[in-house]
Amino acid sequence: MTTAVPSVQMLGITKRFPGVLANDHIDFSANAGEIHALLGENGAGKSTLMNILSGLYHPDQGDIHIHGRRVALRSPRDAISLGIGMVHQHFMLVEPHTVAENVTLGLDEPRFLLNSGQIEQKIAALSEKYGLKVDPEARIWQLSVGEQQRVEIIKMLYRNADILILDEPTAVLTPQEARELFVTLKRMAAEGHTIIFITHKLDEVMAISDRVTVLRKGRVVSTVFTSATNKQELARMMVGREVFFQVTKRPWRGGSAVLRVEAARALSDKGLPALKGVSFEVQEGEILGVAGVAGNGQRELAEAITGLRPLTSGEVYLCDRRITNHNPRQILDQKVSHIPEDRLGMGLIPNLSLSDNLILKGYFAPPLGRGPFLDQKAIDAHCRELISRFEVMAPGPDSSVKLLSGGNLQRLLLAREISCCPRLMVAVHPTRGLDVGATEAVHKMVLEQREEGAAILLISEDLDELLSLSDRVAVLYEGEIMGIVPAQGAQVEEIGLMMAGAKRIQSVEVAAP
Amino acid sequence: MKLTLRLERRLTPSRALGFLIPVFSIVLALCFGAVLLAAVGKNPGVVYQKMFSGAFGSKFGLTETVVKAIPLMLSGLGVAVAFRMLLWNIGAEGQLQIGAFAAAGVALAFPQAPAAVIIPAMMLAGFLGGALWASIPATLKAKLQVNEIITSLMLNYVAIYWVEYLVYGPWKNPKGYGFPGTAPFSPAAELPRLGASRVHLGLLFGLVAALCLYFILRRTKWGYEIRVIGENPTAARYAGISLTRNILTVMALSGGLAGLAGMSEVSGIIHALQRGISPGYGYTAIIVAWLAKLNPWAIVVVSFLFAGLLVGGDQLQISMGLPAAMSNILQGAVLFFILGGEILVRHRISLTWEK
Repeated sequence: MTTAVPSVQMLGITKRFPGVLANDHIDFSANAGEIHALLGENGAGKSTLMNILSGLYHPDQGDIHIHGRRVALRSPRDAISLGIGMVHQHFMLVEPHTVAENVTLGLDEPRFLLNSGQIEQKIAALSEKYGLKVDPEARIWQLSVGEQQRVEIIKMLYRNADILILDEPTAVLTPQEARELFVTLKRMAAEGHTIIFITHKLDEVMAISDRVTVLRKGRVVSTVFTSATNKQELARMMVGREVFFQVTKRPWRGGSAVLRVEAARALSDKGLPALKGVSFEVQEGEILGVAGVAGNGQRELAEAITGLRPLTSGEVYLCDRRITNHNPRQILDQKVSHIPEDRLGMGLIPNLSLSDNLILKGYFAPPLGRGPFLDQKAIDAHCRELISRFEVMAPGPDSSVKLLSGGNLQRLLLAREISCCPRLMVAVHPTRGLDVGATEAVHKMVLEQREEGAAILLISEDLDELLSLSDRVAVLYEGEIMGIVPAQGAQVEEIGLMMAGAKRIQSVEVAAP
Repeated sequence: MKLTLRLERRLTPSRALGFLIPVFSIVLALCFGAVLLAAVGKNPGVVYQKMFSGAFGSKFGLTETVVKAIPLMLSGLGVAVAFRMLLWNIGAEGQLQIGAFAAAGVALAFPQAPAAVIIPAMMLAGFLGGALWASIPATLKAKLQVNEIITSLMLNYVAIYWVEYLVYGPWKNPKGYGFPGTAPFSPAAELPRLGASRVHLGLLFGLVAALCLYFILRRTKWGYEIRVIGENPTAARYAGISLTRNILTVMALSGGLAGLAGMSEVSGIIHALQRGISPGYGYTAIIVAWLAKLNPWAIVVVSFLFAGLLVGGDQLQISMGLPAAMSNILQGAVLFFILGGEILVRHRISLTWEK
């Protein structure tokens, strides 16, 4: 498996961003024919290191050798000419264009006219060879996320990349799709490609990689053979302490229904049906998890409940009061809090101060607002209290929110959303992109709200998170609920099939015990 | 080997540069102007010295600068409050004209009214005139998502020609020897002036407006909503802040301030409505607001500096025989260089040798 010369060798790579040492003298090497996992928490420096290898960033210090030859990578173009291709977390595809057009985008050949027949043949050959099934004539917007990822991989193979970097590729896939991807990757490795796989999921590391390099705080902790290690050891290396994978929570006591959604239908931003008759209820002190691959109606569901998206039909009740198509202000007055998917885009205002952000949901009513004015004293006291209670690490209430780290942003958001004592909390991907420590903190806060008796609708792509936090799990597929199962004893396999639309179970209303 | 220039994004915009770059940009704009002046055979040093002393070097120059700063300040504040909310009100010029028209209408309709009645009535009329004029693009934007840049700009021409129609036609002073303007206002309808100078009470309007705007933005719920919408409209919607209502109210305030500028021009300076009451104050106000980064206090300061540029530009025509366009070129260059310099606040330039 190993060859004499590593295909990738990075020596003493250092990269500094203002105030952060993202990579601190990192040594990394990967061999042809190997699947090499790059494991670490958020902010450990994985993406920075790989962005350097793919020519997006320039290292402050250090050398890069490709196939034994020292190279200077000044742009992604340089990297691709050396056979280094990266599949980013956010796909770089032109939606209205076809697969073939996207694959050839940016290439010097063909110069003027697209010889589509020849291109499509080459794409077909590549997809055949590696099991990357995709229609070259399809337009990107028609494809599922999994298929779009395949297009990204084909794009790199088409450019003759033999060193392939994948940045958290499974984040957007169903368990089945992930498994298909793994088969492809193994086939490519067997062909002699070098696969570098960025992840923070231990199961994936164990399932697919040959070797693993663990990064922590910009430094290499260790590089080990996967066969010679285990999950516990890797977790310890990754976070620097023992991690408990189990969440402890008290059994669900059951209660009256707080949120009831009946046959809800809504359209997506493109005007296509996104929710096709969704019905469920969430009870007091219950966490209802919503599983599903991104883009199956999760965002629309959260927005429809919180008044941000009109329902075309169906009803939403909060404690038996109809709130269907009420405006967002009326709904938040009913003590409904909302942790949106897009923290900086919707939940927070990056350029304003911490205190301006903390009063967003309460500035209009006493004690924060008095008459037409803001009560500065009350606001200061309120913000100081929240910042210390929720342990938001920031220079002060007047500093700008955009300077906070991911974990602190989410603490800030939760501080605001929890401080209104919600009866219903709609949380969408509350731990996405957070490291282990911050994730733990968010889980703790969500469970505390459950203890307080709030009903919680938890939308997440992380099945482990859903199964450990939720009392029941509903699976959304193409705007429909494929089934609602109790989280305890749920089969991951079964949920995976429902997520892929391959299975549907009669939803049984779970009565309170 | 080849020298390549690359722009790299700064992770945090530089604060010191945020201050230094406007200053540096003005210097560069003056250098640019110097080249042009040299090309037409004038000594730039002498020209700039003349401009400066013309605008700030004498009592007359200084008071004229203040006089021109008043409409710039008022309409600049109006433009800024709309820009704060990402409402691109380009219609300050038209709102100023309609404000002037409304104020003049009140003054001409009640020639007998005492100052204590007629001045507040004219202020109200001027403000409301500008506000109503601005509410046309605002309503179209709020209800039908019509782009306010186009509508507010187009309405400027409607307003300017409406005033021209009046002063050439129905409102023309019969004793005006054919001059396009209304009869002069009664003395009661004239804003009090400072001593023998032309500086009038409008200066106080401008300063009070800056104070009010600062207070509104910092200390009121409405100002908070404006700031939130301006920084993140999605978050505003998420928090249940009404975009429609704020588009209407903020545009009304914006147009109202420009309208007040129009009122203070006819009541403080011209004492009648006539053709050409504004040499484009409403447009220059956009530059002023932008240079001041939409900060009310900075607008007060920048208005004076820009008014100085206008007065100094007049001096060029009078004493050096240079075309009026020269002063316009300098104004344009200042804005151009500052906007160009903005990129350096957020990016750094790196020069590298490449093979």
